[in-house]
Amino acid sequence: MMDNLYMPYLMRIERITYEAPGVKTFMLKFVNEADQDKFSYKAGQFGEYSVYGVGESTFCIASSPTRKGYIECTFRQTGKVTNALSGCEEGSIIGFRGPYGNVFPLDKWKGKNLLFIAGGIALPPMRCVIWNALDMRDNFKDVTIIYGARTVKDLVYKEELKDWELRKDVKLITTVDPGGESPDWKGEIGFVPTIVEKAAPSSKDTIAIVCGPPVMIKYTFPVLAKLGFADENIYTTLENRMKCGFGKCGRCNVGNVYVCKDGPVFTLAQLKELPDEY
Amino acid sequence: MNIDKRLVRKDSLEKLFDILKRNSKTIYAPFTKNGKSTFRDTESFGAISTGYIQTTESAKDIAFPRTEKLLDFSKSKEGMSVKGTDLNDIPDVILWGVRPCDASGIGELSSIFNWDYKDEIYINRLSKVTVFGFSCSKSDEYCFCTSVGGNPGNTAGSDILFTLLGEEGDYLAEIITEKGLAVVDLAQNLFEKTDISGKEKFLAELPVKFSHEDIRLKLDKFFESKEWIEQSLRCLGCGACAYVCPTCACFDIQDEAHGKKGSRVRCWDSCGFSHFTVHTSGYNPRNVQSARWRQRIMHKFSYMPERLSVYGCTGCGRCSRACPVDMNILEHLISIQEVTV
Repeated sequence: MMDNLYMPYLMRIERITYEAPGVKTFMLKFVNEADQDKFSYKAGQFGEYSVYGVGESTFCIASSPTRKGYIECTFRQTGKVTNALSGCEEGSIIGFRGPYGNVFPLDKWKGKNLLFIAGGIALPPMRCVIWNALDMRDNFKDVTIIYGARTVKDLVYKEELKDWELRKDVKLITTVDPGGESPDWKGEIGFVPTIVEKAAPSSKDTIAIVCGPPVMIKYTFPVLAKLGFADENIYTTLENRMKCGFGKCGRCNVGNVYVCKDGPVFTLAQLKELPDEY
Repeated sequence: MNIDKRLVRKDSLEKLFDILKRNSKTIYAPFTKNGKSTFRDTESFGAISTGYIQTTESAKDIAFPRTEKLLDFSKSKEGMSVKGTDLNDIPDVILWGVRPCDASGIGELSSIFNWDYKDEIYINRLSKVTVFGFSCSKSDEYCFCTSVGGNPGNTAGSDILFTLLGEEGDYLAEIITEKGLAVVDLAQNLFEKTDISGKEKFLAELPVKFSHEDIRLKLDKFFESKEWIEQSLRCLGCGACAYVCPTCACFDIQDEAHGKKGSRVRCWDSCGFSHFTVHTSGYNPRNVQSARWRQRIMHKFSYMPERLSVYGCTGCGRCSRACPVDMNILEHLISIQEVTV
């Protein structure tokens, strides 16, 4: 760790991918190679991304730690910092500090089926662990991804969705909300919880990872329970507001649990122990 | 743990002040203006306030300033340059006239800034501070240090604790730490050997009003209580309580830029502010004032003891004195202890 906890690494924006209206992915490389050499992270961790003069914003690291030499983040243009990030061009320098938080326990999941369920802009926090699992594909049994967005346009990582569609070792189900389909849409139409119920994935030896807007999560958990998933086998990642990322600024706690230090990855069993303040 | 006890005569304090000044120490002491007292860089002994029960603001900003520069950045044709705060710029400070509740609050702040991730800026600032605590010979109706594990002559957090020995105006000086001893070494003849023992009769009497351990146990099953709503109905969410609190450490991080140069700064914040936890989407996990008031009490009396093994309240009573709508933390804690779940 650096001496000054708040000192970000300087990162060069290597590539910008337009994902969906208002949503972009930055591929970031360390300006100083020495920083790159000592940097390591695991799937599930997050960081503070900053535009100098504007401020910092918290997102997960969206790329898999198995892909070396860069990190990626995906964000929606919403507030002051994400607007400034959105205005950056390839070659621009931004700040990044991290990684913070806990990780998805991939080692513990070896030998199991993996079921990923994501909604909208919540595929990015899951993408790191999806690619991490696919890069060590032999360690897992069936891999199923259920991903939904409001409209076809709002689906992120469109190229990767095509990849996953074509892979024989991945079962991909995509869906859009009713009315969000385009004339040539071949995926499902319906809200994520409904599609999960329809797909009825087996809960036997299966880990479910769920990430999405609160309303999606709220209605997906009961569906999983009905399918026989134990609370210990359902994972999610919380995204409370944060400033520091390491348990000092006082924002992200849910009861006595700090999302930045104890999370962001939690099982449903852990969430049920917490007060309803997330 | 006391290293030593000495006697400091009434007129020796001013001499001590002058010796410290000659040794290039910056002295922060209580300074009163328009009825409000704050700790300020003081050049003259005569300007130091005395006789106050408690200063209006706490002394925490000596290690955790209201606004702290974390780094500077500048953009040029060559690229971006970023420089961290220069820790060598931090002066040696004597914090003079701190009440025991403020001095012990430093330990509680430190437990937050040292929790796994060591906050170098805070740690360095604090390492340059020598704390001169002054025991309390008076208290008011807002004080409750004895209910939260402190007392009017508590040595915790002080490097030297001075206790006024009655009318004559002499002081008992308890040398608590090596830092305190270093001050004695600068002014040996002012710290006279003494065999005085028992400072208790010179201290304010403050009966215990509640037990913080009981509050903590009560809070385990109190999250859903309606008491939070009752207590916070008049809360304005102004954050005054957090700003005057010696242990409140919540902060925000913001950038300030002018042209191609700027700084990233950390500034005090408050869990009582309505925007404190708002997500970018507009969703707010603590969306009502009662949830924010609950967070304030739970953090100090439940979460901090559980996670950091310290309570986040020293009983200074400042939040009650500062509150514009007369919310009184002592009354509220007593009612939490008394109400049945």
